[in-house]
Amino acid sequence: MTLSILHRISGVALSVGLLVLAMWLMQAAAGPENYQYFRVAMATPFGSVLLVCWSFAFFLHLGNGIRHLVWDTGRGFEKAQANASAWFVLLFAVILTAAFWMLRA
Amino acid sequence: MKEGTRHFVQQRATAVVLAPLGIWFVVSLLSIKSFTYLDVTRFVAQPINAVLMSLLGLTLSYHSYLGAQVVIDDYVHSQWLNRAVSTVAQLSHIAVFLVIPYAVWQIGTGA
Repeated sequence: MTLSILHRISGVALSVGLLVLAMWLMQAAAGPENYQYFRVAMATPFGSVLLVCWSFAFFLHLGNGIRHLVWDTGRGFEKAQANASAWFVLLFAVILTAAFWMLRA
Repeated sequence: MKEGTRHFVQQRATAVVLAPLGIWFVVSLLSIKSFTYLDVTRFVAQPINAVLMSLLGLTLSYHSYLGAQVVIDDYVHSQWLNRAVSTVAQLSHIAVFLVIPYAVWQIGTGA
């Protein structure tokens, strides 16, 4: 239940992230100087918090998206199953976000 | 195909393509040594990465557009505001759809 609204929120967040992804590539295409501006902006505390949020939104949306695709096949609908998979997706997102930033640190 | 069915199918089809592409993207972010101009452009310029990055941009813009439209229709009820917000969402998604492969192309041919 809660995951369904989180799926929307993470989706909207990732839509904004898509703009930043496009900006990243645009600035890289524009040359070293432009790219450096982007890199400095993303390295600020504000930029870093955004990146962590986007990574969490990504893993959550990916996990829950797969959960939805499984539902489309007609499986996992039972309340106990749906509850278990919800917790699994949440745990998956937290652990992968932590693992990602530990590997990236 | 009915409008609702088409949306359902397109939404799922892009999702199925995006799951492996998304995982590729995250693994790539881990594999790039540092996010310096040189390392990033060198990575994007690799033909396989250029193709996958463009594919990610195209699929993601469409998937994002479909999702954004649903959210807008669910929360923005005033007709003129809905039309205005939808138009902004459409235009920005078209821009991203075009810009990502173009930027990748520029990096691939220029670096």
